Amino acid sequence: MIEGVSIYEILTLTTTVFFIGVYGFVTRKNLMAMLISIELILNSAAINFVVVNKYLFPAKMDGDIFSIFIIAIAAGETALALAIIINLYRLIMSVKTKDLETMKH
Amino acid sequence: MERLFFYFIAIIILVFSVMAVNSRNMMRSIIYLLFVLLGVAGIYFLLEYNFLAAVELSVYAGGIIILYINSIMLIDKIGVPMEKPKGSRQLLAGLLSIFGLGVSLFAIYSYHFNQTATTTETTVKELGKHLLSYGNNGFILPFELISIFLLAALVGAIAIAKSTKTLK
Repeated sequence: MIEGVSIYEILTLTTTVFFIGVYGFVTRKNLMAMLISIELILNSAAINFVVVNKYLFPAKMDGDIFSIFIIAIAAGETALALAIIINLYRLIMSVKTKDLETMKH
Repeated sequence: MERLFFYFIAIIILVFSVMAVNSRNMMRSIIYLLFVLLGVAGIYFLLEYNFLAAVELSVYAGGIIILYINSIMLIDKIGVPMEKPKGSRQLLAGLLSIFGLGVSLFAIYSYHFNQTATTTETTVKELGKHLLSYGNNGFILPFELISIFLLAALVGAIAIAKSTKTLK
């Protein structure tokens, strides 16, 4: 645990980052920018796992391992999403959400 | 001292995450995200999860950010700023987020956490043994699944990105 910092302060930080990510996800109209917001959300979730593990159950390490899995899945998700976006850009020359009506072709 | 460090990192994370979702230049947005990720790695270091911090730095700050930058160079016209979102949409999203934040913080602060004072350091050796044990509370099955998932994601990404079909 961090000396002199309670769990409430860290949870406040991660919750705020999570909702900043939600705000970005709702307002952005560009697929790449929406992916950036998703990264923020995933990171705040990963910190939450680690913090709860460290402050409440320091003898176990399940939260640590879950965070590693979250990072691995985020890497795979980003690679796939960027591949789809690049392919989409070659098809319709745009990555804006309002131009996306044709996924099935 | 550690408290000061934590607040410093928290301010960095908050400021740069707000800038990352508001910047209208794609490349700048990615660089702000990089600073957020560095701050997150700093929090892992403060919590003494050194291996996790190293993974965060190498996978996120090293790999994913470079992937984003390469894709932006392929896709976006770098000099052209993104269009501004409508004011009503911004207001609605802001209100929604603040409402959700309020509910979550109320739930967090009204719950009493049984914080323990003991600190045990997690070593990489212990972590690896736990990750590969097939006894009680072992993680061998998700570990193997994640390796197959990463392979599938890699193959899928290549297959999708190199398909040469054109519309109509």
